[in-house]
Amino acid sequence: MTTLDYTRADFQSDQEVRWCPGCGDYTILASVQKHFAQMGIPKEKVAVISGIGCSSRFPYYVDTYGMHSIHGRAPAIASGLASSRPDLDVWVITGDGDALSIGGNHLIHALRRNMNLKILLFNNQIYGLTKGQYSPTSEVGKRTKSTPMGSIDYPFNPVSLALGAEASFVARTIDADPKHTAQVLAAASDHDGSAFIEIYQNCNVFNDKAFIKLTGKEERDDNRIYLEDGKPVVFGADDEFGVVLIGGHARIVEREKVGDGAIHVHDASEPDPSVAFALSRLNHGPYGPTPLGVLRKVDRPTYDKAINDQVAEAKEARGDGDLASLIASQGTWQVGG
Amino acid sequence: MTDQIELHDHDSAPEALDKVIIRFAGDSGDGMQLAGTRFTDSSALFGNDLATFPSYPAEIRAPQGTLFGVSSFQVQIADYDILTAGDQPDVLVAMNPAALKSNLEDLRPNGTVIINTDAFDERNLEKAGYDTSPLEDDTLNSYKVHKIPMEKLTKDAVDGTGVTGRAVLRSKNMLALGVMAWLFNRPPETTIEWIEEKFAKLPEVAAANVAAFKGGYNYGFSTEALRTTYTVRKAALEPGTYTNVSGNTATAWGLIAAAQLAGLDLFYGTYPITPASDILHELARHKHFGVKTFQAEDEIAGVGTAVGAAFGGSLSVTGTSGPGLALKSEAVSLAMMIELPLVVIDVQRGGPSTGLPTKPEQSDLLFAMFGRHGEAPLPVIAISSPSDAFETTIEACRIALKYMTPVILLSDNNVANGSEPWKLPDLGGLPDLKPDFITEPNGENGEFLPYKRDAETFARPWAIPGTPGLEHRVGGLEKNETTGNVSYVPSNHQAMTDVRAWKVANIAHDIPPLEVDDPDGADVLVLGWGSSYPPIKAAVNVLRKSGTKVAQAHLRYLNPFPGNLGEVLDRYDKVLVPELNTGQLRFLLRAEFLREIEGLNKVDATPFKVEEIASKIQELIA
Repeated sequence: MTTLDYTRADFQSDQEVRWCPGCGDYTILASVQKHFAQMGIPKEKVAVISGIGCSSRFPYYVDTYGMHSIHGRAPAIASGLASSRPDLDVWVITGDGDALSIGGNHLIHALRRNMNLKILLFNNQIYGLTKGQYSPTSEVGKRTKSTPMGSIDYPFNPVSLALGAEASFVARTIDADPKHTAQVLAAASDHDGSAFIEIYQNCNVFNDKAFIKLTGKEERDDNRIYLEDGKPVVFGADDEFGVVLIGGHARIVEREKVGDGAIHVHDASEPDPSVAFALSRLNHGPYGPTPLGVLRKVDRPTYDKAINDQVAEAKEARGDGDLASLIASQGTWQVGG
Repeated sequence: MTDQIELHDHDSAPEALDKVIIRFAGDSGDGMQLAGTRFTDSSALFGNDLATFPSYPAEIRAPQGTLFGVSSFQVQIADYDILTAGDQPDVLVAMNPAALKSNLEDLRPNGTVIINTDAFDERNLEKAGYDTSPLEDDTLNSYKVHKIPMEKLTKDAVDGTGVTGRAVLRSKNMLALGVMAWLFNRPPETTIEWIEEKFAKLPEVAAANVAAFKGGYNYGFSTEALRTTYTVRKAALEPGTYTNVSGNTATAWGLIAAAQLAGLDLFYGTYPITPASDILHELARHKHFGVKTFQAEDEIAGVGTAVGAAFGGSLSVTGTSGPGLALKSEAVSLAMMIELPLVVIDVQRGGPSTGLPTKPEQSDLLFAMFGRHGEAPLPVIAISSPSDAFETTIEACRIALKYMTPVILLSDNNVANGSEPWKLPDLGGLPDLKPDFITEPNGENGEFLPYKRDAETFARPWAIPGTPGLEHRVGGLEKNETTGNVSYVPSNHQAMTDVRAWKVANIAHDIPPLEVDDPDGADVLVLGWGSSYPPIKAAVNVLRKSGTKVAQAHLRYLNPFPGNLGEVLDRYDKVLVPELNTGQLRFLLRAEFLREIEGLNKVDATPFKVEEIASKIQELIA
């Protein structure tokens, strides 16, 4: 392991990357490739599984084992791979339509089981590959080709959803902040179990500037709430705002009005998911102050280990299976001979 | 306490029968499946040939006493080689009026009815739709009737075992079984041991059931009308060691065997569905064979996890029934496109939609053949009876692994839940299924070409994650025919579509030719597939005994067909295809061979009767 001396180039496949020029996916691809180079895991042990959508072309561009599968099913396919091959490092690449619409069921169950998967959900709040319909994270009222009078669908908050499914690791980052993305990827890699990362990703063709509140030079400092373990949750250009918990709710306050003693100190390892859930309710879309970073990171037994442990336990208790005994196990009788 | 109850011996020689068909019928909570299964197992251990047909409602506990709540279990036991559970029962055990009403018309004239008279009260008679009690009017005039107060006898027998209250009557199925064991000279000891083992953790329940069983047995001894007893001698089967097995169990064992033969772990990704779930249950018990069972969140995830495990190098299987096969279709197409080995088991039931979930039908054949988008041919093979399930399942795995393709394995409710004696195979004679995982680059320039095919099988190489230097990507987008990179080149799509079809068609060279059983040079061929085998074979046997010339053949391979099928069909003036659908194999044969094919088709929730097939054959010959 220690001799692995990878650079980003080792994780670049020979395929030409074909996202639209200016797409946020490029930055995320670079962040992930750099992260893979630093993970200390041999590249043949890494598998990247995706569904369908712009983001799901991702495996073709990463020189590891990979599968570009079918719409919404990547968490299920990756669960089969992780369960049968616990020696692998399995990553799922998905989008807001893929993971939250057609594949919502598989996502919540993978998280519930705590399957050892790193799930990167590229949220651009739009269907890109089908050319611009609203998605399950689009805001109410959004006008698209399929919603000329405005969307009437209430959107998901992906981080709240993951917490509701009792994911053991839940984080959010943004394409425009590769340094932060790198930190979150490293924390996810360090986590044993399912890691869910929502990555805000700009679709400059169909939904440009959806995340402007978090990326615009003038507004971003006022809206990025970076969560850091053991530190008070403060933000703003001069850290003038803070987050307090009142009656189970998270509220944004001016620091000087409440005093620093009242500011919530972040602890991602808090076993009760209620605090992380309260933090996730600070926003419902990237329209104002938004928590970024690791909301939750707790230890819980993983499914892939447990399924293999049961096999080992059965072998230990009963020895390796013997076929001749199996087919005779319901009682036999002799004829002639 | 129950140890003290002595069993009486038969004091006169039983009358020997060459065969008998018995149907146990009662309310779905009466334990008739258990009683029937136990009667079957004791007959199997005794050495009879046999075949069973369980029939039960789709509801777990349908309202008590109603006609639609009746559950039945039919078994035929014989001293010769039989194939089916029989057309008409000789003996009917009716635990309540509804069971009598819904089964009596199937009983043969002068057949025997054994009735639990305690259940024939006004309320139950009304629920069954009887205006007057059939015990008192003319309904049973043409039958031999044994009226037994089974509930009273059960209460008396169970008294003192510690089981009290409503639980007492749960043992009445064992009382009925005891009566039948007496009447048909089944050795009681094996059943007593079985009860004690089954309820080892509940000694009082074990004692109550043993007491009820012995009570029934001794009732037979002490009742004048039951003094004449019967036996069915051991069957002269082919020498060997036999076990009684159901199709679902044998299918599960076939999967375990195939994984061993392949040297791979078995991964079974599935979602519970009737009548396939017992495969999951059986596999889950045998984890020490390296079996991983994954009960997924839905049918799609069931196959999805299996596709993922196939990518990882497991022998991957998903199992379902018709509605689930529909949901799996897209993922099966993916597995076909990325050319990974996958066995897809469809235990067919009555359809469409929820249909008749607990009844037999062979109506998914065309869906198995064509139920995918795009040009997506797959091998399709079918199990013909419980004793064929082990071998055919291994064959499905062999084809999947050798040709890197999903294979659809068709079973159905008759195969899945029916049981019959199975001669244990010589395990040393099973095929070697070890896959040839590629570990080194196969390109001229040291690169890995995921779609560079084997010259003989057209299979692509299987490179599993963890193999250094062979990192590659697969996916649903069309791929270049060697490099495996995404390709939108029109001629490449044509070439890939052609080679995928060729790969499957080419399997015809790797399967045995269709064997025809035609000792007399007949003009009519009966051609079947799947679970219509037992009644077809039995009908042909019956007709030949009376001098009728008829040829018979059975297709295990539905896609591709055996290479000689066209030539076989050409030899016969008439070809009859009996199948439990509206003519699906007939449709395929007509399309493939451009000739007339006769059909015998029904979807009436029951297997073919031997008589139905025999008279259709006679009609064609006349």
